[in-house]
Amino acid sequence: MPIEANGKMYETDEEGYLADLNDWNPELAAAMAKADGADLDENHWEVINFLREYYEEYQIAPAVRVLTKAIGKKLGPDKGNSKYLYELFPYGPAKQACKYAGLPKPTGCV
Amino acid sequence: MSEPWEEEGPGTIKKFMYVNRKAPYGTIYALESLEVVLIAAAFEQDVSMAFLDDGVYQLKKGQDTKGIGQKNFSPTYRALEGYDVEKLYVEAESLADRGLSEDDLLVPVEVMSREALAELMNEQDVILSF
Repeated sequence: MPIEANGKMYETDEEGYLADLNDWNPELAAAMAKADGADLDENHWEVINFLREYYEEYQIAPAVRVLTKAIGKKLGPDKGNSKYLYELFPYGPAKQACKYAGLPKPTGCV
Repeated sequence: MSEPWEEEGPGTIKKFMYVNRKAPYGTIYALESLEVVLIAAAFEQDVSMAFLDDGVYQLKKGQDTKGIGQKNFSPTYRALEGYDVEKLYVEAESLADRGLSEDDLLVPVEVMSREALAELMNEQDVILSF
């Protein structure tokens, strides 16, 4: 289902993941979140930006366990734990945050 | 009822070895193997990967896939450490036959002789060949 942001339509797959990673922009992320009934604050952006950097470096979207550990390493144990990340992204931190970050669905996420 | 963030215990741990023998592009084997390893890493087993024959090219530094219009997935091998897949074995003979050395590889590995690798294979519970 295509999604609209900045007056432009963007292609997504059947689960709402962006078809072309290069199309991504922050307004699009906000629009995706809004469609899910969520508002993005600075804590969400921290994770979204982290995911984009991770993808840039490794060319994959990390599994939730790996994301949690990596966030902990970078942002500290207060944020590198499943509870914190599930509170931010109740549909599953890897799945939902990857979607807003314009990444493909994480490998191994069913 | 457990919450989604609570993890279950690992149960019985088996030794899994993923054996990679093919060049990274041209067939889907290398990418498939890597994806299976990344998925299976979640099951907290004792996982290792072995690279031999043309499979050693999978770890070669400086891969450039622009000319063949495929995604260069070699950076993903560097993510394996974060998935706790840290045992990467490369057969010395396969490297030498191709004029390669450990310095040509993009991740830290253990280079071992054909004989030592064969012994290691003998110790595995499960071997998956790609």
